[in-house]
Amino acid sequence: MKSTVRAAGLAAAFAMAATAGPASAQPSAQAPALTMAVAAPVTSIDPHYHQLSPNNAVADMIFDRLVGTDAQSRPIPGLATEWRAVEPNVWEFKLRPGVRFHNGNEFTAEDVAFTLERVPNVPNSPSSFAIFTRPIRAVEIVDPLTIRMRTEGPYPLMPLDMTSIRVLDKETHQGAATEDFNSGRVAVGTGPYRMVTHRNGDRIEFERNDAYWGDKPAYARVTYRMITNDAARTAALLAGDVDFIDQVATSDVAKLRNEQRVALSEVTGLRIIYLSLDHLRADASPFVADNDGKPIARNPLKDARVRRALSLAIDRPAIVERVMEGAATPAGQFFPPGVFSYVPELTPPKPDPDAARRLLAEAGFPQGFRLTLHGPNDRYINDSRIIQAVGQMWTRIGVRTAIEAQPWSTFVARAGRQEFSAFLIGWGSNPEGSHPLRNLIATWDRERGWGASNRGRYSNPEIDRMIEAAMGELDDAKREKLLQDTQRRAFEDVAIIPLHIQTNIWAMRRGIQHTARNDELTRAQDVRPAAASAGTR
Amino acid sequence: MTVYLFRRLIQAAGVVLAMSIIVFIGVYAIGDPVEILISPEADQYERERAVKALGLDLPLWQQYLAFLGKALQGDLGRSFVFNEPALKLILQRMPATLELAIGATVAALLIGIPLGLYAGLKPDSPLSKGIMAGSILGFSLPTFWVGLMLILVFAVQLGWLPSTGRGETVEVLGMRWSFLTRDGLAHMVMPAINLSLFKISLVIRLTRAGVRETMLMDYVKFARAKGLSPRRVIMVHVFKNILVPVVTVVGLEFGGTIAFSVVTESIFAWPGMGKLIIDSINVLDRPVIVAYLMIIVLMFIVINLVVDLTYSMLDPRVRLEAKGT
Repeated sequence: MKSTVRAAGLAAAFAMAATAGPASAQPSAQAPALTMAVAAPVTSIDPHYHQLSPNNAVADMIFDRLVGTDAQSRPIPGLATEWRAVEPNVWEFKLRPGVRFHNGNEFTAEDVAFTLERVPNVPNSPSSFAIFTRPIRAVEIVDPLTIRMRTEGPYPLMPLDMTSIRVLDKETHQGAATEDFNSGRVAVGTGPYRMVTHRNGDRIEFERNDAYWGDKPAYARVTYRMITNDAARTAALLAGDVDFIDQVATSDVAKLRNEQRVALSEVTGLRIIYLSLDHLRADASPFVADNDGKPIARNPLKDARVRRALSLAIDRPAIVERVMEGAATPAGQFFPPGVFSYVPELTPPKPDPDAARRLLAEAGFPQGFRLTLHGPNDRYINDSRIIQAVGQMWTRIGVRTAIEAQPWSTFVARAGRQEFSAFLIGWGSNPEGSHPLRNLIATWDRERGWGASNRGRYSNPEIDRMIEAAMGELDDAKREKLLQDTQRRAFEDVAIIPLHIQTNIWAMRRGIQHTARNDELTRAQDVRPAAASAGTR
Repeated sequence: MTVYLFRRLIQAAGVVLAMSIIVFIGVYAIGDPVEILISPEADQYERERAVKALGLDLPLWQQYLAFLGKALQGDLGRSFVFNEPALKLILQRMPATLELAIGATVAALLIGIPLGLYAGLKPDSPLSKGIMAGSILGFSLPTFWVGLMLILVFAVQLGWLPSTGRGETVEVLGMRWSFLTRDGLAHMVMPAINLSLFKISLVIRLTRAGVRETMLMDYVKFARAKGLSPRRVIMVHVFKNILVPVVTVVGLEFGGTIAFSVVTESIFAWPGMGKLIIDSINVLDRPVIVAYLMIIVLMFIVINLVVDLTYSMLDPRVRLEAKGT
């Protein structure tokens, strides 16, 4: 039902918006108050309770991290001014002097130690941040402004992990429960905004922290509303009820570009949409059959030539153009250019149905076979339409593909049990190659904690060894080289079939400027009044 | 009367129990909440920890018994998503939904009954035909479309009303209400109308059908023959008799409005229970789903009870004891 609501709503929205005259009075561009509307509800103010993008965005407004990230997700100094590995397995962070929490308490190394201790111990957490603190074996306070973290072996990812941990105040938050954050009693951080009120699922109100150590945000008061319906969010912007919205629906983008009162900001994100194939079974795969509908004794998807054929059959630019309405970039690897460990020559494969048919014939399937492609229908942008397009492209090379889209709640459980032969899924990466490699490509290994999201169960000992080598390399340049080699190897073997990387799009009333972030976070400190003449684009 | 009430209570408990079992099995069959809630980058160890933290590692029957034991002490569990008591979450959002549902129902009665009366008394006038045609639209137009059209016309184009949200609220009895402020009322108008369109049409049709049927009854003819004024005939003899079906349907509809105003609430970003339940279903937040449905079942039982009591006031022939099965 949801998609129907969306589709019909938008058609209506634009029929009217096109003729809409000036709406309610527009506040002046210099107004100190900002009303934002976001699509995804914030589930908690406790920054260590649930690892979820909307929660992290709000946490970024109230709290700070030791290591911050810029709009391109590159590490920048946060509560720590500098960091280095003083020994191969010891990281040292120098803390920023003179920082105070909203209640006036001073920020010291004690608070960092307390935070690292609290993170794994938040009761009832459905997705804890402990994955970022687990490599730490011991924490050592050298002086009030220096802290050291000892790990088992060399661990180059420590600064990156610290970009996910928001620092709390030992004095205030000792024994604080998640509910106390939600009620506002202990929603106290060092961040650029203080929380004033929080109404679960409705809105959060903030006021500027004028004592903030970093760049002062432009708006003194911020209302952060949650409007989950895409059409309603766009309408709220057009009606002037909100100044700024996130997750603009792809079907709205073209129309909003022509809308005089609205400006857009966009950036290529870090979320890749890809197809995962059944690597687990060497014998019959559940949704693969020969042309008569009988199971095939050996799983064709185990053959790299078949996988390459399936990848070559896909016309990525067409999907981006037609299905995504331009709001994506065709992908041949995990990252867009400019991200650490991007591989320059791994461009998206050019669609080549003839070569694909030849590869199929070489692999012993000159007549192709039958396949069912699964996917969610309520999770990623246009997900069910993407698999329809892919299904048609595969059918064209002789792999007669049936499509089955289902709600995420059912889909993800089945995908996690390896019930599918081929399915569409997405992955939002940290900007460092080891992150997707370790989670999506590495062999599923409970002890190591690797391959947890490797739902196709791809397994290649050579790649595992390459990842391991990269994970032990502290030198960034050397590690980048190792990660690039590993990715080359993985994509040569078509471990997964990348489709595209989504574009993150925000829309705002003209007169407002926004720094688009590739990590999708919608934060008030990234918004400011536009300079007198400059547009947002 | 007491026996009747007691029987109804026993019934209610049975329904609630059966419902909670169905929800437990249903959610279990759909999928695993942890798969949905957990961050994709969580490793195997973290997944196991989360499953354990939410108590999902136990066999289903043990989970159910644990739930039942706590429920008997008034604790319906904590939301997997919000880590707050499920009951508290629902009660926090209840005023928003209640005021919307009451607004919609009052609007339906105030608009629907007069129009229905008119259409029933003068079935051949062009205005009556217009009313009936309009009521077909009210039935057939999908709520989400009407809602968006309302927003586009009155908020985007004309700028008369705020597009979404609840506006300013006032705290009374520890709950937040928006119908007490001007701003809140302005926010309420469109969602309430959107929600009541269907009901208005329903009331119009019921009233009209009732009036047409009743006007032919002997007692109405007799009353007229007796020389009573048309006004008295309609207001006393006709009106009272058509109210029984109207009250039944509006009562049940009221329950439905509270429980399932999901579409209107999401389009108008109205922070009520409907939005909560649909979000909870999407992420399989079982404690909230169970608690919500328990409250809804109780509410339907209470509404039915009130409807039955109203019957006996409207129509002395109805005896409660006789119906208590």
